[in-house]
Amino acid sequence: MSKTRRSPIAAAPIVLISLLVLPVAAGLWATMSPVLRPISGQDQGAFMSLWSWNGLWPAIRLSLVTGLAATLIGLAMTTALFALFQGHRIFRVFLRLVAPFLAVPHATAALALTFILAPSGWIMRGVVTLFNALGIPISQTPPDFITINDPGGLALIFGLVIKEVPFLVLMCVAAWPQCDAPRRRLVASALGYGRITGFWLTIWPVLYPQLRLPIFAVLAYSMTTVDMAMILGPSLPPSLAVQISKWITLPEPLYQGMAAAAAVVQLTLVAATLLVWRFLELMGRAISRAQFQSGIRGLSLDGPIKFFGLVFGLVGFGVLIFGLLALGIWSIAGFWPYPDVLPQTYTPRVWAEAQSGVIKATQNTVILALLSTVPAVFLVLAVLQSEFLGKRTYRIQRIIYVPLLVPQITFLPGLYQLTLTAGISGQTLTVAFAHFIFVLPYVALTMGPAFRAWDIRYAMVASAMGASRKKIFWQVRLPMLLCPILISSAVGIATSVAQFLPSQLIGAGRIETLTTEAVALTSGGNRRLIGTYGLVQSLFPAIVFGLALWVPTLTYRNRRTLRAPK
Amino acid sequence: MKITDGLVLDHLTIFKGAKRLVALSAHVKKGEVLTLMAPSGAGKSTALAAIVGALDPFFRQHGKIFLDGQDITDLPIHERHVGILLQDDLLFPHMSVAANLAFAMPNSGQSKGERHRLIEQTLEEVDMPLHANADPATLSGGERARVALVRCLLAEPKALLLDEPFSALDQDLRATLRLKVFELTKARALPVIMVTHEHADALAAGGEVISLMGQALDISKT
Repeated sequence: MSKTRRSPIAAAPIVLISLLVLPVAAGLWATMSPVLRPISGQDQGAFMSLWSWNGLWPAIRLSLVTGLAATLIGLAMTTALFALFQGHRIFRVFLRLVAPFLAVPHATAALALTFILAPSGWIMRGVVTLFNALGIPISQTPPDFITINDPGGLALIFGLVIKEVPFLVLMCVAAWPQCDAPRRRLVASALGYGRITGFWLTIWPVLYPQLRLPIFAVLAYSMTTVDMAMILGPSLPPSLAVQISKWITLPEPLYQGMAAAAAVVQLTLVAATLLVWRFLELMGRAISRAQFQSGIRGLSLDGPIKFFGLVFGLVGFGVLIFGLLALGIWSIAGFWPYPDVLPQTYTPRVWAEAQSGVIKATQNTVILALLSTVPAVFLVLAVLQSEFLGKRTYRIQRIIYVPLLVPQITFLPGLYQLTLTAGISGQTLTVAFAHFIFVLPYVALTMGPAFRAWDIRYAMVASAMGASRKKIFWQVRLPMLLCPILISSAVGIATSVAQFLPSQLIGAGRIETLTTEAVALTSGGNRRLIGTYGLVQSLFPAIVFGLALWVPTLTYRNRRTLRAPK
Repeated sequence: MKITDGLVLDHLTIFKGAKRLVALSAHVKKGEVLTLMAPSGAGKSTALAAIVGALDPFFRQHGKIFLDGQDITDLPIHERHVGILLQDDLLFPHMSVAANLAFAMPNSGQSKGERHRLIEQTLEEVDMPLHANADPATLSGGERARVALVRCLLAEPKALLLDEPFSALDQDLRATLRLKVFELTKARALPVIMVTHEHADALAAGGEVISLMGQALDISKT
C-alpha cells in the first residue's frame, strides 16, 4: 500500500478554516464587547437606549419581512424553474445567463431598479407618454406615491429576489447531478403526476438538504444587507442593519453602545429566523408525507405555475436589463425632462468630469479584486488537492458558509476596531483581506463540485505511467480544469467588486471603490453620475466573465472537449 | 517464495470489512497472460487496483506482490512500473496524441528529436502514422484505444494490467485490438494480468484462467 507522505498542502484545510473563522469570531466579539463585557452600568444603558428608540420595532419587522419574503419568493421561483423547464431548450439559454446576472453587483442591481421603478423612472415615463399619445389626460409631473424606499420594503424584496435567484439557480445546478432527477421525473410522469407535484414528491426531498446552507446564506443576507437596503429600503426609520452602519460612524459612546446592542439583536434575530425556517422545513416534510399517501396527481398545478412563473421571471429580468440600460443612457444624457422616454440631447460631459474619479475607483476595485481572488483560488485548490491526496473530505463545504451566515454588519464593525488597534486600518491589504473572507466561500462553492467531479482514474493511469503527484497536478488536473477554475475566479472577482461594507468600513472610508462610490452617490441623487459609476461597476465583472469564457476557447482551440463549460 | 522473473502475487488477499473479496496466489511469467474471470461487481477492479497500488484505504490488503524479484507491495503507484489499461481510454483531452505519448515516456536523456521519432515509430506500430498532432477527441473509438495502449507501453512498464480493456469496442475492433495487445506485450516480454467476463478474451489470451478466489477455471466447457 502506498504511504501518504506529509506535504505542506496537508495544512491547507487548517489555514482555510482559521482564515475564515477567526476573523468572524474576533469581529463578532469586538463588535459586541461594549455590551457583553460587564464593566459598568453603561452596558444596560445601551440596551435601554436601544429599546427606547422608536424605530426599533419597524426595523426588526423590516428585517424579518424582507428576509423571509425574498427568500421564499426566490426559492419558489428557482424550484419552479427547475421543476418545469429542466431539460427544456429555454432552460439551457437561461443557464447561460446565470453567470452574468450573478456578476452584477448588488448595489448596481439596486440602482438599476430605482431607474425603472422610481416615480420619475422609465415605467411612469412610459405610462405618461402612452397616455399622452392616446389623448388621455394625466399629470405631467412625477406622481408623489412611493415606489422605491417604501416603508413595507417591497422594492427591497424585489431587488433581493432578482439578485438571489441566480445564486440559488447556481446552487441547484451544482446539487442536481446527485438527485437522479431525470429518472425520477420520468417515473413520476409515467405514473401520471404533474411536473410540479412530481418534483415536489420525488426530487425535492433529495435536492433540499443540499440547498439548505445556500438558502440560509440567502436568508441571512436578505435580512441584513446594507447596500441594497440603503438604495431600495425605507429611510425613516431604515432597516436595522442600515441603522447600525449609521450609528457606528458616530463618535458618541451612546451610539457606539446602541450599535453594539443592535448588533446583538440583529444576530439573535437571524439565528431565530433560521430556527423558524427549520420549523417550516419540518412542516413541509409533514405535508409532503401526507401528500404521498393521497395519490393526488396535481396536473392542474403546472399550467398556472408556469404562467405566473414566466410572468414574474420575465418582469424581474426585464426590469434588471432595462435598468442596466437606463444606467447607461443616464450617464450620457443631456437634457432629459419628465415624462420623455429618451433624453433630448446626449453629452459625454459627465464621463469627462467623472473620469479621474472613475479611474481611481476602478484601479482600487481591480487591485482589491486581484489581491483577494488570486490567493483565494490558490488556497481552495490546495485544500481540494489535500482532500484528494488524503482521500478524505473535510467539512470545508460547511465551514465556508460561516462568513455567509454571520451577518456582515454584526462582525465587520468589530473587525474594524481590531484593525484600528493593530494600526492597519484603511490599508489596501487590510481591505483586501476583508474581501478575501467573502471571496473564498464563493470560490470554494463554485470550484469544489468541478474539482471533485474530475475522473480520478486519470490520476491513476498517469501515476501508473510513473508520473509524480506534482506532475499530475500541474500537467493533467489543472489544465483539464482550466474552465471551472477560470469561472470560479470570475465569481471571486465579481464577489469582491460587489463588496460594500468591507470596503467602506475596513477601508475607513479612505479606499474608494466603484461600489462605495455608487452607493455614496445615491443620497446625492445625481442620476447621470450614478449611471456612470453603476455602468462601470456592472461592466467590469461582465468583462471578467467574458474573459473566463474566452480564454479556454483560445487556449484549447484545437481541443474539442475542453473549449467551453458543459 | 524466491522468483526473479515476472509478476508474483503471494497470497494477495483483500477484505471489505469482514468479507473476503479476493484471494490470489499466482506467478505470471514474462510474456504470459493470466486471465481473472468473475461476474460484474465481484471485485475484479479492486484486485487490479491493489496490484497497481491504487487500492482505496477503505479496503484491507494482506499478502505480497513481487515484480522481477522486487517486493513492490508498499511502493507508491508511480514507482511500481506496473502499467494499467482500462475500458475507457482516458487520453488526456488537453494534450495532442503526441503529447499524451510524450507524457508517458520516461526521460532517459534523449533529445527532443529522438523522443519525437520514437513517438512516430510507435504510432506506426499501431497503424496510426500522421496522427501525432491530432486532438484525441477527433479520433475514432478504435484509434483512441490504440493510442491508450501505446501510451501505456511507452511508459516502459515491467508488467501490464488489463481491466476489461476491450468491452467498450464492437466485435470487429475488439478482435483486432486484442491481437494487437497480445502481439505487443509478447514482443516486450511483459507479464500480463487481464480481468474480463468475456470467454473470447480469455481464449485469445491463451494463458491460465482463474477466479478471484484463485480456483482454476476451465473455460472450454462453459
